[in-house]
Formats: sequence, C-alpha cells, structure tokens
Amino acid sequence: MSNSFRTTNSTGLINKDKKINFTFNGTIYHGYEGDTLASALIANGVHLVGRSFKYHRPRGFLGVGVEEPNAMVQLHDGNKSEPNIIATEVELVEGLKAKSQNCWPSVQFDIGEINNVLNRFFPAGFYYKTFMWPKSFWMKIYEPFIRKAAGMGKAPLLPDPDRYEHNYEHCDVLVVGSGPSGLASALAAAKNGARVILAEDKPNFGGSLLTDEVTIGNMSGKEWASDTISQLKSMPNVILKKRSQVFGYYDHNMTVMIERVSDHIENPSKYTPRQRLHYIRAGEVIVSTGSIERPISFGNNDRPGIVLASAAKEYMKVYETLVGKKPIIFTNNDTAYSTALEFIKNDIEPIIVDTRDSSNGELVKEVQQKGISIKFNSGIADTKGHLKINSAIIGKLDSSKESFISEETVECDCICMSGGWTPTVHLSSQAGNKLKFNDDIDAFVPDKKRQKETAIGAANGSFTLNQSLAEGFQVGFDLSNKFTDQNNPTNSPNSNEPSYEKHEKLWCMPLPSGKKPKRFIDFQNDVAVSDVELAIREGFRSIEHVKRYTTLGMAGDQGKTSNLNGLQYVSKIEKKIVPEVGHTTFRPPYTPVTIGAIVGREVGNHYLPTRKSPIHTWHEENNAVFVAAGLWQRPRYYPRGSEDMNSAVNREAANVRKNVGICDVTTLGKIDIKGPDAPEFLNRVYTNAWLKLPVGKARYGVMLREDGMVFDDGTTSRLSENHFHMTTTTAQAANVLSHLEYYLQVVWPDLDVNVLSTTEQWSGIAVAGPKSRDLLSKLFPDVDMSNEGLPFMGLVDSSIDGIKARIYRISFSGELAYEVNVESNYGLYIWKKIMEEGQSFDIQPYGTEALSTLRIEMGHVAGAELDGRTIPFDVGLNSMVSQKKDFIGKRSLSKDAFTESDRQTIVGLVPLDKKTKIPEGSHIIEDNSAVAPIPKLGHVSSSCWSVEYNNPFSIAIIKDGKNKIGKNLYAVSPLKDISIPVEVVSSHYVDPEGTRVRS
Amino acid sequence: MLEIKCPYCGKRSQNEFSYGGDATIKRPQLGEEISTEDWDNFVYYRDNPRGKHSELWHHVSGCRQWFKVSRDTATHEIFDTCKMNEDFNV
Repeated sequence: MSNSFRTTNSTGLINKDKKINFTFNGTIYHGYEGDTLASALIANGVHLVGRSFKYHRPRGFLGVGVEEPNAMVQLHDGNKSEPNIIATEVELVEGLKAKSQNCWPSVQFDIGEINNVLNRFFPAGFYYKTFMWPKSFWMKIYEPFIRKAAGMGKAPLLPDPDRYEHNYEHCDVLVVGSGPSGLASALAAAKNGARVILAEDKPNFGGSLLTDEVTIGNMSGKEWASDTISQLKSMPNVILKKRSQVFGYYDHNMTVMIERVSDHIENPSKYTPRQRLHYIRAGEVIVSTGSIERPISFGNNDRPGIVLASAAKEYMKVYETLVGKKPIIFTNNDTAYSTALEFIKNDIEPIIVDTRDSSNGELVKEVQQKGISIKFNSGIADTKGHLKINSAIIGKLDSSKESFISEETVECDCICMSGGWTPTVHLSSQAGNKLKFNDDIDAFVPDKKRQKETAIGAANGSFTLNQSLAEGFQVGFDLSNKFTDQNNPTNSPNSNEPSYEKHEKLWCMPLPSGKKPKRFIDFQNDVAVSDVELAIREGFRSIEHVKRYTTLGMAGDQGKTSNLNGLQYVSKIEKKIVPEVGHTTFRPPYTPVTIGAIVGREVGNHYLPTRKSPIHTWHEENNAVFVAAGLWQRPRYYPRGSEDMNSAVNREAANVRKNVGICDVTTLGKIDIKGPDAPEFLNRVYTNAWLKLPVGKARYGVMLREDGMVFDDGTTSRLSENHFHMTTTTAQAANVLSHLEYYLQVVWPDLDVNVLSTTEQWSGIAVAGPKSRDLLSKLFPDVDMSNEGLPFMGLVDSSIDGIKARIYRISFSGELAYEVNVESNYGLYIWKKIMEEGQSFDIQPYGTEALSTLRIEMGHVAGAELDGRTIPFDVGLNSMVSQKKDFIGKRSLSKDAFTESDRQTIVGLVPLDKKTKIPEGSHIIEDNSAVAPIPKLGHVSSSCWSVEYNNPFSIAIIKDGKNKIGKNLYAVSPLKDISIPVEVVSSHYVDPEGTRVRS
Repeated sequence: MLEIKCPYCGKRSQNEFSYGGDATIKRPQLGEEISTEDWDNFVYYRDNPRGKHSELWHHVSGCRQWFKVSRDTATHEIFDTCKMNEDFNV
C-alpha cells in the first residue's frame, strides 16, 4: 500500500530510509522507523480503527498521544495478545499485528451498529433502568448480553510469556514531562547538584518544543530541547527516561512509572524485560505534564477524520503525515491557527471556522496575510460521511451563539478542532492537591498541595513559553536547594513565540435546524450532550453522580479530553460557575498499565519464597508427595508402588503404632529465650505454671490472646537456669515471635529477656513408635534411654559421629516417641543414619497426613481446633489453665459467655456404619428430619481413618459437648449433600489414659 | 506507600513494617482486679480519630523493634517517630 498521505518535507522525526511492515485487520501496510501505529495508518489513509463502546459508531483517531479516547486496538496474537492498546502510543515495529475491537463481523460492517439506529433507546442510565427485573434474569441473561455487546478488547486466556521487572529508585527531584518547563527545571536542579530523574512518556524528549515554532536563546525550540538533553545526559547526577509514563502518585512522594523497554524493538534479547515498573521515592516532584487540547461538541463530531488541531499539527511536524488534504480548522482560540499554517506550508489551503467575532492574534494575521479567509462567528453544526467524514455543515452563529442563522455544506476530508487547552493536573490531584479554577484559561490548576509536589508550565496553567521557562528554571533551582548547598542558579534564556488572543468560552455548538444529531463530549464512553442533559433532568446534581450515571470521564482515558467539557456543560445547564460544580477525583493509573508489569517477576515459583527442610532432597528421592504448609514444602505421604493416598497414609500411621516411624518436623517454629526473667516471662505468656520447671525438662504450654482465644501451643524446654527453647506450630511461628517481642518491648520492658528465632538453625526429626527406644539406644549407646534415664518430657544432649544432638522425649503421635534435634546442616546426615539403623526395626517415614491421623486418634488438638474461636475449655485444655497466677488473656476467660454451662466442647465422632468418612467442616445437627433452619450444634474440625480401630474417626466441637457423649447425632455436609448418623464419643479415642507416651 | 523512619534503622518503606494499633493503650497490671467493662475497653475498644494518632509499628523485616509513630490518619503525614521509652518531639 502507498503512503499517499505523507508530506514531502523531512523535518520530522521519522526515518524514511527504514521501511517497517505491519498488519492491520489482515491488510499489510508499511510505515517508517519513528512512526506510531496511528501515524502509519493515517499515512496510509486509514482512519477507521474501531467501533465505539455503546453505539458501535465508526471511530478514528482523535489525538496523537495518551489523550486518544477512540483508537484502541488489540495487539499481537495468542499469548502475546493485548487488548485496549492506544494506537497513538504504539511504536511501529516490524511485523506488528493489530486489529480493531468491539466490532463484528468487521470494522467496516458491524452488526452492533444497530445500537446507533436505536440510540434513543440507549440513553444515560439505560442499563440501570432496563435490566432491573425480573431479578433472576440478571446473572444468566442480562449481564452476559451486556458484557458481549458493550465491549473493549479481549483479554488473552494464556499466560503472559513476557518478562517484566520492578525497580526502586530514589532521587531529590523527579521531573515528569520534558516540555520546555520540564527541561528547564531538570537543568536548573541538575546544575545545582541535585539528583534528578526526568521522565518522558514519548520516544522523544521535548514535548511541545517538537511542534511549536519558537526560539529560545539563539536556537529553535527543537534545537534547544536537544541541546538541553545532551547537557543533562552528560551529568552523572541525572537519569533520563523516555518511553516512561509516571502514572501514579501515592503517599509520601512515592510515584510509580512504567517504562516501555522493548516494545519498540524488533528482536529484543530474551532477558530484556518488556516493560519495567519503577517505584520512585522522590524528595520533590515537579509536575510538568503540559496540557491537552479540548474538543468541541457539535453534531456527529465523532466521525473518523475529526481530530484535535494539535494532533493534526504533530502528525505533520513529527510524523510527516497529513490527516487529510481538504481540512477544516474549527476553533474557539488562536492556537489552532498554527495547524492551519502547517497545512499551508504543505501547499494545502484549509477552511477556517472560528466561533469568535474576530481575533488580532499574530498567527491569525499571518494566516490572513497568506490570503486565507476566515469564517468568524461560525461553527460546525453537523457532519456527514459514514466510515469517514466527507462534508461538514457550517453555520453562521447568531449574536447569542445559541443557534445558527444560516447553514452551508462544505466538502472536507478532515476537521481539526480546538476548544482550547486543559492543564494535565492528574498527578497533582492524585497527590492530594486541592485544585482551583482559573477563569482566564477556563480550567482547573493545582493550588493547595498536600505533598512535596509542584506543578509548572502548562500543567500549572502557564501557557506562554516565557512563563513556562521562567517557572521551570526558578522552581528547579528552588527545590534543588533543599538538597544541595551549591546555590548555583541557572538563568532563563530569552525566548520568542507568537502572541495569542483570548479563547471564547464556547465548547458546545447549537443543534442544526430541524435535526438532533449526537454531539459527543466523551468519545470513549459514548456520552453525548443529550446524556448530560438527561442526567440533570432526572435529578443528578453532584458532578460525581453525573459522572457515574452517564459514565462521563470514566474508564481507560480518565476523561483526558472530556472532563472539562462535561463540567462546562453541567455548569451551563445548572447556571452555576464551574468551580461551584466542582470536579471529579483523578485516580491512578493516569494511563492503562499492563497487569504483567504490576506483577513483575513475582510469577510462578517466584510468587512466594519456597522453604525447604535440609532433608528435602531425601524426601524427593523417596517418592514423597509434598504439601504446602505456609511457605514450607512438607512430605504429605510416601506412596509405595501403586498405593493411593489413603492406603499409604494408613500404612505409615499403622507402622508408627506397631513399629517405629520417622517424620521431618524441622518446620516447627523454634524460639530461643534467654535472660534472668525468662521463667517469669513464660509464666505470663503461657496459661500454665513455668517457674518451677527443672533444668533438663520440657513442658507443654498453651498461650492465649488477650481476648481469651487459644493462640498457639507447643513444648518449651529449660536448657539452663535462664535459657529456654520454645517450639511453636509451623503456621504460627512468625506470629508468636512478634507476640513475644510485643510484650517484651511494649508491655513489660522491665523484664530482662531476649528472644530470637532459631527455626532455621535446628533440624528436627521425630522418631515415634514402640520400637523407638530400642532404635535410639542403638544410635546413642552412651545415653540411658530407659524410662528412668530419659523419662517422658525429659531431654538430654548427646552426639552421633561427633555431631551434637539434643534428644527430647516428647510425643505428638501419642506413642512412645523422641525428637532428635541437630544443627540444620547435619539434618540430612542424621536422618539417613536413623533410617539406616532403623531398617532392623521396620522403620518407615511418615508424612503430614499420617501425623494428623495419629494426633486425631489421640484427641490432640491442632490448628483446626485452635482456629482463633476456641478458648482452652472448648478444646479440653482445662488442666492447662492455672488458677493461681495471672497470664495473657486470663481475665477474658471469666467473661459470662465463656463460662456458660452448655459452652461448646471438643468430642469425638464415629459414624454408626463404621465406614463413611465424615467430611471436615460438616455441621452437627440433632434432628435430621427437621425443617430448615435447623439449629447447628457445632462442626467437624478434623477427620481421619483410625488405624487403631480401622474405622473413620473425627473430632468435632459442639455445644454442650460433654453432655452429648454416647448420643447419636448427624453430621451433614450440604456441599456434598450427605448426612451421616454418628455416635458421640470421647475425643481421646486411642489410649485415653496416655500410658503409651509414658511407657 | 508510606515512608517510615524507624528510630533504630532510619527511613524505610512501609512494606518492611507491620502495624500495631493505638500506642496509648495501657495493659492492666497483672493480677489487677478489673471490671468486665474496663477489660473490654482494653481488649476491644479503640478510638478511630481523624487526624493525629499515636500508634505502634513493628519493624518486622528489619531490626524487629516495636516503636511509636505519630501519624495523621487522614493525610498520612508522619509528625515524628520514637523508641518505646521516648516521647514524641512534635
């Protein structure tokens, strides 16, 4: 295809020596290096890029950068596919594939356009009003239909193959935007010695200097920009970032910037991230984000070919591309005349329509001197052309400018409109700045700042070059002085630009006689003047409500081109001034950000750290199936041959009851506690007594929260007079440490105690079962393993092959059991050693499932019972609660609700048929035939297959449990639609006297 | 994201800390006779002021010290931070 809409000059920033091929809607086109997808399509005469959100109207390009509301496309195929990408922000790269969105079967012929014909049935609030009833229709019929019809692009269903990175930066001064004021402030701050980051969204620095005919010092604006950038580049205290959008301004001057690192590179290295997210904590932020041109509302002002005047100029000057060859310039101010002059330079005579009665601006005069006549006091009433504009109806305005006196039809292929300029205040507003209305420019500008943020240049409403530069140099110097003591100001050079006359306060044209075409305010959300009128007629007064009812200024473009025109129109109808109407809140992100960039490298296994015990490789080699326990990977069971989980677990558990089993308990939390007040501290932290625990003994302890709920349990041993070793559950290890630190540092700072996590310093191996004593005696021949030598809850230090080991006689399984602790690095060695020696005792490893089975059978409580809703009395820990001393949470235990006689208690459940396993989480009810709502007595917390009795067994916590023993109840699981008759038994199902652990 | 000055380590990003609630709450003495109402006030009830709030933070991913922060709950402005045994300067 030809590039028939290229200019013949080559003053822009594209490289016509390098052709780039791309595909749009299946057709192959070419553009040049430096083009955007938008400029390349326009150069090929393609204006129709998509269909509008609600009415499926044909839409083309309105803008040239981030302000673009219409030209959203779907990029790439398959897993790289990306929806809702603004074509004006996509740099052309060889082989790029893009297609239109929200149209079927094609962008030229879209079935959904019927909505446009039926548009009187789709007013503001249509969905709210229409799809209210019947209620049952919402989920199945209305919502899917609306989702399908009202559309953006399609999110890919495959994982994102690209790499994204996060980066953290600190600087003294962050400058956002590299137009004249931004460059000036960056230069002044950098020369004064501050650490500066300058961020520019576009691929080229310079902002308006790239398109405006101005001089600074003895250089053109463009030359001055490039000279300033070279100076900044040479300074070590400056970071320059182009293709980088600062999209969010958060608390304490934290800003977030997205950098497009390799989107524009044809074959990026595999290790180059696609995009990089920068978290920048800046001492001061200079917001030099410039301004965005405003459209004008007139009949059918959304046809492809109707663009902003500044966009048309930038397409010509930067991309050497004509938006049309028969242009109409439609304006209420002087700046659009520079677009007219650019057309004239390219030998094209525009028709100029100006709403004002006259203007004596320099540019206006220059246009007139070139023999172009201007239609003053006129406006565009309506346009024609289905897929592309082909003519406009230009009307002469009456003196009130509320209607047209006469109308004429004029052929054209584009309209370049300008309704004046809106400062880009999004970042300042995000930073908490209370904006004020500036009547001179009819727009909001930053005013009272909440954070260290300063707007300058056009973003501050300073629209002349002289003002922008002066502000830039001054603010850059002043702010950098907070960080350096060089006191080295840079003077602002002289500059020269045309003078401008004032704009007219007119952004909405009257309707043409006898017709009611849609006059759009918000192109992205299809909000027209009539929708705003309707919202106000229906009583929506607050601008925030008008926004939500009409969707004006919502979604991806955050109202960049529509917000102020909407406000102006509301204030006109309401006969209020704009500041009284107020403005809606700007929220991050300023431009859409790919989810992948926010996620960064935290994907797959990088999502969370993985914690592995030092014995992990042995588990892997021995066929362990792993389960995540928090961050830890723990062996769940070790299947043999074709064993399923149930048979493996039953085998492992039964072997512990019969012979001896070995289990990796390294993951248990361990805390070293030292200090003269350590016993007193434990006495306060645990519910039971600790002062008299002898050295060389362990004790089981329960700790509560202040509200009386059980917080954690574990055994703690006294290693010497002032030295204790605490164990916690795997899940609560970190929380228990914080809890202890809180009480030592905040509540009882007078206690002389230190706590330190030693979880990762020790490897723990449980050896459990009737043969465990014989096995350990063989391994540690020097230790007297007899019941007298190492009694239950005793501990002893020994060694094995010169490796120091500590042996605790503690049991979670309820069997005779020991726990061997060695320094982590020796964990694997000792494990193997025990396995080797254990062969003659029929040793088998057991995982977390068998571990659970063993403790459930014994009625030992764990996380499922200690779920933050149980007090000690609920879970059979009555004997653990000291009556003599005070401890954390004790006062709560005497509250009325906790002392009721029918309070919930822990019980055991056995199904009457001795076969059906009871799902965990089942409800316990008394009467299976009762009509709902049936009173719930409690719930099943843990279930297992009892290897001792060979039938299912569960633990439940039920109301008045102690008086329910021996009764028959029902365990029901509505999710699984089952109801199981059960007998209530003691929760201590196996060895209730605890003789085995003491044997 | 807030930037909090740990009195031991200096300025760090909020994600190194965890929040610990109202710093002015005093736990009743051990063994103290206390009415249910007073106990409930200690365990459950907290003021929720708009404006200056003195609160506890824990430098969990750092020095593991608890310390005090004086913060504006509406603007997030941090007026001062200090160690547990110190008082705010502002």
